[in-house]
Amino acid sequence: MNGWRLKLLFFVILLVIWEGLARLRLWPAYVFPSPVDVVQSILSGFGDGSYSLAILTSMRRILIGYGLSLGVGIPLGLLLGRIRVVQDTIGTLVLGLQALPSICWLPLALLWFGLSETAILFVVVMGAVLSVTLSTADGVRNTPPLYIRAARTMGARQWHLYSGVILPAALPAILSGMKLGWSFAWRSLMAGELLYVSLGLGQLLTMGRELNDMSQVIATMLMIVAIGLVVDRLVFSPLERHARERWGLSVA
Amino acid sequence: MKLELRSISKTFHTRRGNTYALQEITAEVASGEFVCLLGPSGCGKSTLLNIVAGLERPDAGVVLIDDQPVTGPGRDRVMIFQEAALFPWLNVRDNVTFGLNVAGLPRSEQLAIADRYLERVGLRGFEKAYVYEISGGMKQRVALARALALDPLVLLMDEPFAALDAQTRDLLHTELQDIWLHSGKTIIFVTHNVREALVLGDRVLLMSARPGRIKREFCCQLARPRQIEDHALVDVAREVLADLREEVMAAKQEVGSERLAA
Ligand SMILES: Nc1ncnc2c1ncn2[C@@H]1O[C@H](COP(=O)(O)OP(=O)(O)OP(=O)(O)O)[C@@H](O)[C@H]1O
Ligand SMILES: [Mg+2]
Repeated sequence: MNGWRLKLLFFVILLVIWEGLARLRLWPAYVFPSPVDVVQSILSGFGDGSYSLAILTSMRRILIGYGLSLGVGIPLGLLLGRIRVVQDTIGTLVLGLQALPSICWLPLALLWFGLSETAILFVVVMGAVLSVTLSTADGVRNTPPLYIRAARTMGARQWHLYSGVILPAALPAILSGMKLGWSFAWRSLMAGELLYVSLGLGQLLTMGRELNDMSQVIATMLMIVAIGLVVDRLVFSPLERHARERWGLSVA
Repeated sequence: MKLELRSISKTFHTRRGNTYALQEITAEVASGEFVCLLGPSGCGKSTLLNIVAGLERPDAGVVLIDDQPVTGPGRDRVMIFQEAALFPWLNVRDNVTFGLNVAGLPRSEQLAIADRYLERVGLRGFEKAYVYEISGGMKQRVALARALALDPLVLLMDEPFAALDAQTRDLLHTELQDIWLHSGKTIIFVTHNVREALVLGDRVLLMSARPGRIKREFCCQLARPRQIEDHALVDVAREVLADLREEVMAAKQEVGSERLAA
């Protein structure tokens, strides 16, 4: 039996067991909804626009936050990878901060920025920027010296060296960092929305809890997983594979 | 154009100690000359070429091009390495235009030049191929086209064919002679293979074991195009080989004594 059939079968069985358990009515529906309840929740949630709004809000936040992370992380990583002093100072700081789960920035962000959109963006950025920075620095440090020598002998300096050689040579590493950064950003956003901010998918979860609406909670969880997976599978994995192949690295 | 090396010396300082790589190298290369640098492994050939390329600085001495000292890399002296050093994120044509782009040429001109030189090295039809799609011999052809496209005063080649199989190497020897004859480029070609040096060079500079000095100079006036198995060439090679062998032995002894000292 090949891979995807096995997977399909597994999930079908899982659904059947779930439905079966729900039908036994061992627990009330608000504790243990059936798959059908969840699907209904999804349909009605999209029907009245509340789920779409939540998704759009979360997506907007992640796009801005993630975009900022790339805008800061990649240039910072370039500096880290090329300049020894920066590596020994800021690099050490970044490495240290990485030990801090990004949601721990929320209290600080709330005190600095108040109950605002900026606070949540800050948490998202702190979640993603460090891994983007470190991966970029890593890729830059591992640029084959031969590429740099070849470029220099053709007259390349500064701009052409960075944009034409060092950056593209580091691209596979940067992509790995971007992928990791994306998943961190997504987690941070959900944690942040769950803890405080209005609207968004995290807020749907909180609302589901407050309304004792387990179907909504599960539906939201599924949407969160789906978005995370879709972006990973449709955006990052193909990009990464393409780059690794083109760059002549082993296709992992 | 006149290229002059004036008493160039170079020592590398590492944690394990100092390596006296080059000692007072003095030589001249005339415009359009094909000079081969021949010497045992580790005698400083690459170092000397890097210094001419401006990728490395000598401790003493100076490289002059038309009486102007070399202070850094520049596209008047393009280097070709043993590994083709092509950029895998660019296709063949964009690899060739890389230097032209750095030089700020208009795109249409870059493409015209690239196609001309790709045709010259027999890679027409491979413009869109990526590095992982072409063979080692083709990679070196692209590297050659990429260097020629910049129309440098001097082409610096550091064992560019050493990693290729014998047939491909012979083919490229013939093509390189042809390109040299037609372009009139000045070429400095590093090798540790006597026959390769004699096939290609007008003049062969034999370097001594470390610290590298120019030990002897051979002129090679055999008719072109030369082949590696030409009888006349094999005869000359025998003479040069005797000399080279001495240096190889000397190099081995040095490595041996270093090991004893360590
Ligand atoms: N960057 C460096 N740092 C320290 N030592 C070096 C460096 N580059 C070269 N050397 C040393 O200088 C000596 C000459 O090296 P070089 O690469 O010029 O030799 P070569 O003649 O090109 O040898 P080969 O034929 O094996 O390529 C060697 O002993 C080498 O170990
Ligand atoms: Mg060498």
